[in-house]
Amino acid sequence: MARELLEGNLAMAEAAVRAGVEAYFGYPITPQTEILEWMSRRMPELGRVFLQAESEVAAINMVYGAACTGARVMSSSSSPGVSLMMEGLSYIAGTEVPVVLIDVVRGGPGLGNIAPSQGDYNQIVHGGGHGDYHSIVLAPASVQEAIDLTVLSFDLAEKYRTIAIVMADGNIGQMMEPAELPPMRPIPTTRPDWAVTGAEGRDHRVLSSIYIKPEEEEVYNLHLLQTWNRIKAEEVRYREYYLDDAEFVVVGFGTTGRIALSAVRTARAEGIPVGLIRPVTVSPFPYDQITELAKNVQGFLVVEMNSGQMLEDVRLAVAGQAPVEFYGRMGGVVPFPDEILDEIRRVSKEPLTITTDPRLSWIKRLNLARN
Amino acid sequence: MVASTPSQVVYQRPRSLTTTPNSYCPGCTHGVAHRLIAEVLDEMGLREQTIGVAPVGCSVFAYNYFDCDFVEAAHGRAPAMATGIKRVLPNRIVFTYQGDGDMASIGMGEIMHVAARGENITVIFINNAIYGMTGGQMAPTTLPGQKTTSSPNGRDVEQMGFPVHMAEVLSTMEGSGYIVRRSLHDPKNIRQAKKAIRLAFETQKRGLGFSMVELLSTCPTNWGMTPIDAMTWVEQHMVPVYPLNDFKVLPALQGLKV
Repeated sequence: MARELLEGNLAMAEAAVRAGVEAYFGYPITPQTEILEWMSRRMPELGRVFLQAESEVAAINMVYGAACTGARVMSSSSSPGVSLMMEGLSYIAGTEVPVVLIDVVRGGPGLGNIAPSQGDYNQIVHGGGHGDYHSIVLAPASVQEAIDLTVLSFDLAEKYRTIAIVMADGNIGQMMEPAELPPMRPIPTTRPDWAVTGAEGRDHRVLSSIYIKPEEEEVYNLHLLQTWNRIKAEEVRYREYYLDDAEFVVVGFGTTGRIALSAVRTARAEGIPVGLIRPVTVSPFPYDQITELAKNVQGFLVVEMNSGQMLEDVRLAVAGQAPVEFYGRMGGVVPFPDEILDEIRRVSKEPLTITTDPRLSWIKRLNLARN
Repeated sequence: MVASTPSQVVYQRPRSLTTTPNSYCPGCTHGVAHRLIAEVLDEMGLREQTIGVAPVGCSVFAYNYFDCDFVEAAHGRAPAMATGIKRVLPNRIVFTYQGDGDMASIGMGEIMHVAARGENITVIFINNAIYGMTGGQMAPTTLPGQKTTSSPNGRDVEQMGFPVHMAEVLSTMEGSGYIVRRSLHDPKNIRQAKKAIRLAFETQKRGLGFSMVELLSTCPTNWGMTPIDAMTWVEQHMVPVYPLNDFKVLPALQGLKV
């Protein structure tokens, strides 16, 4: 396959097609509508299922039903739409059917705006629907990575019978850059032994998220936790840049991680011993790797397009071994490399202290308050 | 001399029902509705081709009582879930079983659009004018003046709105192929209800679009009545508000003998 100039949304959609997605259900919402539009043309021409649902609530429940048949299924949406899907995602988690969701995050809360944001980190990584479950969350920083992680998300969802979410943002979705699509995979011809397909020549099967006896629900919750522990042990993914001799470490995911890399390269050219760790799986989060880094560095700088949501995970990993500083832009504002470069310079020069909330000094530096 | 006649089975559990004792209250017509569906699946030879979608409400455990593949939906979302199944497995028979709160209240969006799309599924709609499982609150189908635990002085339509007539509403959708209302309050009506359920599944089998059978049903426990009084209450109070009728029957179904 040759490299082509591809828009992120189309690239993720076509990557899903080539990964063998059999059914897509979605609802238009900016900035991911191109995924739905692409699927509306591509899926029928391949004899696969495309349906524009009446709402995100319906879309995720259509996905739930289709996933129960053992088919490879997905939806895509953006922040407000994903909020509406939370009920369905909880049921999907409670039934252990594999589902892939692409969330192209936009500015919020509420209707917010349609600009790129990482404000839904807590919702997608730590929150979600009701009940006790985790989803795998992959955060791409380029169109190529968006393609690769979309394909991977299907494999992970099926391997662990879980939800795998590609959490992109408007930058990744709308940006065009050269990337290579994978070859077309064949659609599986068999169905898993838990799938509901009609009880032809076998006992009837039931897929449900009900465990009416608390003792049985507890056992199921424990089972989910054990699956999650396996995922944590086997599926943590991250990228490291210039960490070998780094005295300062920037932590950023997705778009912010990529912008931070530009800043880190410039800082290196200035002689600042700084490196970058970019979590690719923000769930499971690379806690151990950051804990290990914390033993040998003078400080961390977390950069995000939110008010410091991944920051809490980094602080948990660092566990007071080193100072953790924060720089974020919010509401759909994307930081420039120069802003992060200034922060790297500051962190490398100023004496750092371990504070209870790194946001307090960041707010002062940001000087944006509207009161 | 009297010739001995060979014994003949005249009544037995339909193959499509499991032996699991159900959780329904004495006098509740859920059991009757379940049996009618199971008899139809048996007669049409569909048990191994059918996937049911259970709702949230008293019939939340319907999947324990039918011996066919089943999934359990979120409250009101059964038509969306059924859509997902049917689109991936178009040659399977897919039905939802939903109560009035599930379908006509929280699931109003999903049921309207499944009809608008002419989704080739069957919905069995149990209208007993009350929320059963949560203990007798007002439903969208609660009658004007009817007392429930959340309309203790009776449903005041000025404050609480009017009953929703789902069969009439769904019959206006172009994607609907077979939309009727029947009642389960006496043997004659039960026989007619079974015929309607058969026709609904025939509609789906023939790919003629969306089919829905509304069944007026009892809830003796939450109505505070004996089973017999509840049957009478359906006939005297529900049928006048919810007339038993064929609201939409495609020409292709007319004259079909079942």
